[in-house]
Amino acid sequence: MSLLSYLVRRLALAIVVLIGLSILLFLIARVLPGDPARIALGPRAPEYAIENLRKQMNLDKPLYTQYYLWISNLLKGDLGLSLLSRRPVQEDIREYFPATFEEVLLAAIILSIAGIGLGVLAAKYTNTWLDGIVRIFAYLGIVTPAFIWAIILLLIFGYWVPIFPIQGRISPDILLPPRITGMLTLDSLLTGNWVAFWDALKHLILPSLALAMAPMAQAARIMRSSICSDLGADHVSAMTAYGVPQNRILTKYLSRLSLIPTISIMSLDIVALFASAFVVELVFNFPGLSRYGMHAILNKDLNAISGVLLIFGALFTLITIFIDLIVAYLDPRIRLQRRGM
Amino acid sequence: MAELLLNIKDLMVGYKVYGGLLKVLNGITIKVNKGERIGIVGETGSGKTTTVKTILRILPRTARIFGGEILFQNRDVLKMSRNELSVLRGQGISMIFQDPTASLNPVFTVGSIISDVIRYSRTLSSSNKSSQIKEAAIDAFRLASLPDADRLLANYPFQLSGGMRQRVCIAMALATARDLLIADEPTTNLDVTIQDQVLRLIKELVDKKKTSFILITHSLGVASEMTDRIYVMYAGTIIEQANTQDLFENPYHPYTHALLSCIPKLSGGGIASGIPGRMPDYLNPPQGCRFSPRCPRALPICEKEKPPLMEVEPGHEVACFLFATKQGVQQ
Amino acid sequence: MKTLNLNATWNSIKRSIYKFSRNKISVVGFFMVLFIVIVAIFAPYLAPYPKHAGAFVDYDNASKPPSLAYPFGTDAIGRDILSRVMFAFRGALIMGLGVIAMIVPIGVLVGLIAGYYRGSWIDTVIMRITDIFITLPALLLALAVAALLRPTLFNSMMAVAFAWWPAYARIAYSMASSVQNEVFVRAAEISGASKTHIIFKEILPNCLVPIFTKMPLDIGWVILVGATLSFVGLGEQPPTPALGTMVSDGAKYLPHQWWVSVFPALAIVFIILAFNLLGDGIKDMLTTEEV
Repeated sequence: MSLLSYLVRRLALAIVVLIGLSILLFLIARVLPGDPARIALGPRAPEYAIENLRKQMNLDKPLYTQYYLWISNLLKGDLGLSLLSRRPVQEDIREYFPATFEEVLLAAIILSIAGIGLGVLAAKYTNTWLDGIVRIFAYLGIVTPAFIWAIILLLIFGYWVPIFPIQGRISPDILLPPRITGMLTLDSLLTGNWVAFWDALKHLILPSLALAMAPMAQAARIMRSSICSDLGADHVSAMTAYGVPQNRILTKYLSRLSLIPTISIMSLDIVALFASAFVVELVFNFPGLSRYGMHAILNKDLNAISGVLLIFGALFTLITIFIDLIVAYLDPRIRLQRRGM
Repeated sequence: MAELLLNIKDLMVGYKVYGGLLKVLNGITIKVNKGERIGIVGETGSGKTTTVKTILRILPRTARIFGGEILFQNRDVLKMSRNELSVLRGQGISMIFQDPTASLNPVFTVGSIISDVIRYSRTLSSSNKSSQIKEAAIDAFRLASLPDADRLLANYPFQLSGGMRQRVCIAMALATARDLLIADEPTTNLDVTIQDQVLRLIKELVDKKKTSFILITHSLGVASEMTDRIYVMYAGTIIEQANTQDLFENPYHPYTHALLSCIPKLSGGGIASGIPGRMPDYLNPPQGCRFSPRCPRALPICEKEKPPLMEVEPGHEVACFLFATKQGVQQ
Repeated sequence: MKTLNLNATWNSIKRSIYKFSRNKISVVGFFMVLFIVIVAIFAPYLAPYPKHAGAFVDYDNASKPPSLAYPFGTDAIGRDILSRVMFAFRGALIMGLGVIAMIVPIGVLVGLIAGYYRGSWIDTVIMRITDIFITLPALLLALAVAALLRPTLFNSMMAVAFAWWPAYARIAYSMASSVQNEVFVRAAEISGASKTHIIFKEILPNCLVPIFTKMPLDIGWVILVGATLSFVGLGEQPPTPALGTMVSDGAKYLPHQWWVSVFPALAIVFIILAFNLLGDGIKDMLTTEEV
């Protein structure tokens, strides 16, 4: 089974799952809150207005018809109108998504490099003070939720040592780069606007760091424990016996072997970053999709909620597949071994 | 004429475990001359692997060396630094392990692994160009009679059969062994049909390269074919040592007798007998001779004192009070 | 896969406790959890100002920094933070223990059934459903569901339970399907044991180890999700104190009246740390190989 057929199988499965997800979200959105029309218009709206809105929202039709209508609109790109912004949801998503995306991307980069690096370092210097520090940090990092990291970083870098800005995406007096991807850092890089780039990056650092801390600790911990438990393995003794220096064994052989479980866990953590972003963006007043989603949730803006969750669902599925591909590349046993029963 | 290559003297090694210390090696003495082929024979758990792992210093972290010394080419292995050990392993001594599947890192191609092994086994002066290394790798594979060496380099270990994996390990060991090759039960994990092939291959290569050789096995039969001298090991002690032929024709120690009678004979009929009893508990081993609880001919002194290795004939030593003459105390 | 020694004699239990106690960190975790439980249960007797956990206002003592009288300081309307934190432990524990108590039996049962009928439509349907659930992170799903319901502790517990149960179903499923082909299951089937017997007496005991190691850790994570929910205003409503709500309320007063946010935040970290340490200890205890 080659990498390509593996990919195709995963995509097919993903589509099935996404359809199921859409059904689930639809049911939640329609069933739970009671009467969406009444909620939309508020408690003091007159009955006829509610009835009108119900007809407009197709709420008088049977459930499966509603679903069909909703899905066909969806596939055309129409996610309905947002109650809060009075705009089509898809426009809101287009506006806010790149912000969250670059925030999470930066967080993912930080946590991968730092997490894996710290893990290897701790494994190399096991039982020394360095290892001890890394392990304590890893433990505390894991048990501290993202929003608390956000507050810690806010306190440290916003007030005590004010280096980084603590809200928004970019300072008001900077010239915005033209919108190519919507990601301020990328767009300013692409157009050579260094001032904007640095400013946007500075605004990104705190939210991304807050998101990255806990998964970074988790990655370091798994990497370290995986390497340490492999240290006694036969293939390590064998390579040592052949005269290969310990350093090389650690950085090449053990690392790749230990990356496999680490990256698998990291995929779950990276996906969870989007979820943690919901709260982190609130703390930093960062205008991203997660904050938009958070407001939508708190105000029961159904279309927006479904839109945001669906987008995230599709995104997470893609990310998971992408990381699975990386794991399959690293571990030849997955892609080349025939699956026996 | 006989130049002493490896001199293990009174080696005592243990493992730290949950309840205390497993005192496995109880004073091992083994001497290997240059060009000699010796065998270490014993049951599973008798400490054979521990002994050779100590030579290469690849013991697990829980191991403790608390006595004795190992001299290789007159240098003290137990006191060597990391760098010296690297050189020792890369150029002096090499080992073929029991389980070829576990010895090869599963996520790298065999070509990648052997290239690294070769690269680090060379002295600093020789060139490390990747083309030369690849040549050396192909050469080593051919020597180990692996077909289609060129294509084989790109395979992963799980794509090869057990016999081929062991031959890859043999190729790697040969690429790095100048002076001493150790083979730890190299065929135990292979199919019976392949065992003979691999053993013959090892014998051929040892003869060709004229390396000194230590074979570890639980089978006296295999040892008889591949060695000049045999050390019989029981529960971390050398209980008898002799030329291969001498050992078979004239065994002394009761344990050696029992081992020999375990070998099914084609002639003479009768069922091969086992040895009643079990290996001692290493946490609390017997104070005297470790075989005494199972020995059919044990003397009262055997339980109290550890019998030293005594020469009973030229070149033939036994650790047993039954054969103690002037030095020992007979009761 | 290291298996649980099912020889549940008194000796074996004693040995497990001994093993657990040798790992100092897990013992610390155990006492931390014990501490949390005691504080939660006896909050009305232990808290210095139990009335502050309800509707209470004292502007004279508002926004006071930590002192002997108010070890954690007071908030903007004069309530003692320490007492409120202690009472907030109650909601946290109810959330953690309640959710886990609900989802473990249900999730495991579903997973066992799916695993036992592996390959049939039952399996496919159940597993596809759990696939859908794990597409979204639990926090998101719980947020969405909780937001659509009225904000109460019970509703947020339901929301978290709704998002969390698939994890246990999947563990039970993978253990059940891997064990299903073992000899002892086949033997039981051949000798005519009923399906219920097989599922509960043969398969279930072998799945217990990963489930028991996951449970204490999950109590911590569920409490975290609960804190996140209350941070955004879902969950328990004021005046009942909830840790997340206290953090977000106090965020307005950073950095000058830092104690209003920081102490509840530390309390959250403390709780999660406690359950993590305990969970790690239990994991070590259940899966250590005998030498």
